[in-house]
Amino acid sequence: MVAYLIRSVVQAALVMLAVAFIAFSMFRYVGDPIASIVGQDATIRDRQELAESLGLNDPFPVQFGRFLANALQGDLGISYRQGRPVVDLLVERLPATIELALLSALFAFLIGLALGVYAALNRHGVFANIVMALSLIGVSLPTFLIGVGLIFLFAVQLRWLPSFGRGETVAFGWWTTGLLTESGLKSLIMPVVTLGFYQLTLIMRLVRAEMLEVLRTDYVKFARARGLSERAINFRHALRNTMVPVVTIAGLQLGSVIAFAIVTETVFNWPGLGALFVKSVEVVDIPVMAAYLMFVGLVFVVVNLVVDLTYFVLDPRLRGTGAVPAR
Amino acid sequence: MKQMDKTRLPALFAATLLATTALVTWSAEAKTLRWARSQDATTLDPHSGNTGPNHVLGHNIYEPLVIRGFDGKLVGALATSWRVLPDNPSVWEFKLRPNVKFHNGNAFTADDVVFSIKRALMPAADMKSLLVSVEDVTKVDDLTVQFKTKGPNPLLVNNLTNLFIMDKEWSEANNAATPQNLKEKTENGATRNANGTGPFTLVSREPDVRTVVKKNDAYWGNAEYNHGITEIVYRPIPEAATRVAALLSGEIDYLQDVPVQDIARLQTAQGIKVEAGPENRPIFLGFNIGLPELRSSDVKGKNPLADVRVRQAINTAINRDAIQRVTMRGQSEPVGMVWSRFINGYDKAMDTWPKYDVAAAKKLLADAGYPNGFSITLHTTNDRYVNDEGIAQSVVAMLGQIGVKVTLVAHSLRVHFPGIQRGEYDFYLLGWGIPTFDSHYIFNDLYRTKTPSAGTWNGTGLSNAELDAKIDSLNSEVDTAKRNATIVDIWKWIKENDVYAPIHVQFIAGAMRSEWTIPTDVENTPKMKFLGASRS
Repeated sequence: MVAYLIRSVVQAALVMLAVAFIAFSMFRYVGDPIASIVGQDATIRDRQELAESLGLNDPFPVQFGRFLANALQGDLGISYRQGRPVVDLLVERLPATIELALLSALFAFLIGLALGVYAALNRHGVFANIVMALSLIGVSLPTFLIGVGLIFLFAVQLRWLPSFGRGETVAFGWWTTGLLTESGLKSLIMPVVTLGFYQLTLIMRLVRAEMLEVLRTDYVKFARARGLSERAINFRHALRNTMVPVVTIAGLQLGSVIAFAIVTETVFNWPGLGALFVKSVEVVDIPVMAAYLMFVGLVFVVVNLVVDLTYFVLDPRLRGTGAVPAR
Repeated sequence: MKQMDKTRLPALFAATLLATTALVTWSAEAKTLRWARSQDATTLDPHSGNTGPNHVLGHNIYEPLVIRGFDGKLVGALATSWRVLPDNPSVWEFKLRPNVKFHNGNAFTADDVVFSIKRALMPAADMKSLLVSVEDVTKVDDLTVQFKTKGPNPLLVNNLTNLFIMDKEWSEANNAATPQNLKEKTENGATRNANGTGPFTLVSREPDVRTVVKKNDAYWGNAEYNHGITEIVYRPIPEAATRVAALLSGEIDYLQDVPVQDIARLQTAQGIKVEAGPENRPIFLGFNIGLPELRSSDVKGKNPLADVRVRQAINTAINRDAIQRVTMRGQSEPVGMVWSRFINGYDKAMDTWPKYDVAAAKKLLADAGYPNGFSITLHTTNDRYVNDEGIAQSVVAMLGQIGVKVTLVAHSLRVHFPGIQRGEYDFYLLGWGIPTFDSHYIFNDLYRTKTPSAGTWNGTGLSNAELDAKIDSLNSEVDTAKRNATIVDIWKWIKENDVYAPIHVQFIAGAMRSEWTIPTDVENTPKMKFLGASRS
């Protein structure tokens, strides 16, 4: 167990290093940060002096090394755009993204599960078939369109929900939440639906497929032969065994919900990490871009690590050999 | 029961409607302006960044010595009068407004001006670019300051319109005595806090999310500038579709940076009006005439653009009316020079462009020795000017008609601008805002020979010693008539040489709920205190 844990952590560290390296090597193609920091009146001499003082003229390995050395000491630098420590910016934006991502995941999981079970049990029902057809739209429509469509309908036409922002938030120390105010809750609805829609359809289709599979197995037939009630068979036996792969997928998807909230945050002007990243790319704010990509890398690494460890606990076959589970 | 509810419903609806109307009339007294645009200010520090969004927000809270109204006219803000000393043309004297208080109650004096200008001159201050001619600034008495310039500078006052005055005492007490240095590890005290003399005081600042200011009841100009606004909530919304939706849904009152393609829709939307007008910013194409051989052309051994006939041919092949009508949907004014009608030196008689004529353009090309045209790459931004990429695409099509095969490269200004500054392009699109409202600002950056401190945006390779001498003479010529004569001289040279192909002055559009009238600001820096003045 300990050996396995150490190996996983070392692997995770290597992945993070690779993420940092790839991110950094791409920054030079994004453009010149100096063009955003100074106005049009700055002379070439001013620009060169600024580039020199920020170390932008140094060769790539030197810049990368300096970033790593500082990052290891917890210093992510200062934002070129806002002139504020990057850590402050991330901490300020984190609650908005986490709240949005967790609620979206919860929304997708609960509704997806319910609809999936329903569709599996009523395979030939009219409603189930409509839901299945609609889910195809969910899989294929881009998030951007769903968001803009919702805004047009519920904000511009019906004026029920706000079209952008987070509404009023309540602060608990550094954490802020929109769950405790009316405008905060209203502001959450459309972004949560938009971000969770794809996951919802994914989970629904997965649950349905797995459930149909399980319902065909021998032990379900046997349970039926024993005369157990349909409800007990469906929910106590079939659903439970469906849940193992579903929970795994849902867990892994949580990472991508957090990471890819970018589009939803942009459409709804949601003040989260994704919107911060988009803004930072626009102005080549290298310290913020680097920190964000490291953060996303970390989220994926942690999620995978947790999943790995869960397998380890769940599957006794892995314990003896110390082998890395195949995914 | 059900029946009764149904009859009641319209009555209830009417009552609600009445209540809403009452609310609207009431709020006309206590007016909140909910204002959105595409970008936020990067910082509230008035000297850190020299960019439009920073100045826009800054003008609410801080004040410069002199300020420009919506029409670009210069009026006094913290200064009541200014002059060049008669006996010494290198000294400007400003008389300051008496009885002005900062938001925290501190009195405004000459010490604050001296402190602020010196702060803006520090290496970490981007505003220093506007003060290159300033050698020293000194206090004469509590309400008089003098700027000593390196040689006479007849235009100094034009450079001070966005140079905000901070409170010396507050800045020193709040870790804001110097502007933010990006090498530091901590945040400067002026980044998210402010203490100015302006018409509004800062209530809260959440960068990228929301900035709230409320009316400054102690403002010196409250009687003069009766804007009627009690509070401004400023919210950046980068995504264009979301920005427009927020206005349509009634969540904001005033929208800057309206996308061109949405103007028509907003004009027909109920309860919304659009104000559009020219910005002080010509858009043009630059030719690289300095290279012996173009990097992107199939013509080898010589540079076709070095021949003025080729440049004239391209100028003649550009259909400016079509660009205005189709590409810009009417939201531009063609120009014949890299200028705008707002600047000193503008001459209507010279603001002409060759008539669109494919045959004439082809003939010019043939005369220059390129009867079959040539190939070239055009670089443009796709995120800076109104429809920049669309303009470039139109140009590609128009030049195709005379046999000039153009490959288009559209990229971010973050890539484009450094390329122009390094002179890397053969043919490029650029726009030029003219904050000093004087021709010299155009000559010095676009036409002067490139050096570490001048000709920064001259990507054409143009280098003409005679022209440079004339341009430099404008720096210190205090005799206005003489100076203006030199300006005319330079424009004449420019007219003959076609180093750039001017296209148009772009319009900027603002959309607002119909109870507001916010005119277009020629600098795209609307100052809300002037609203009352424009209404009366």
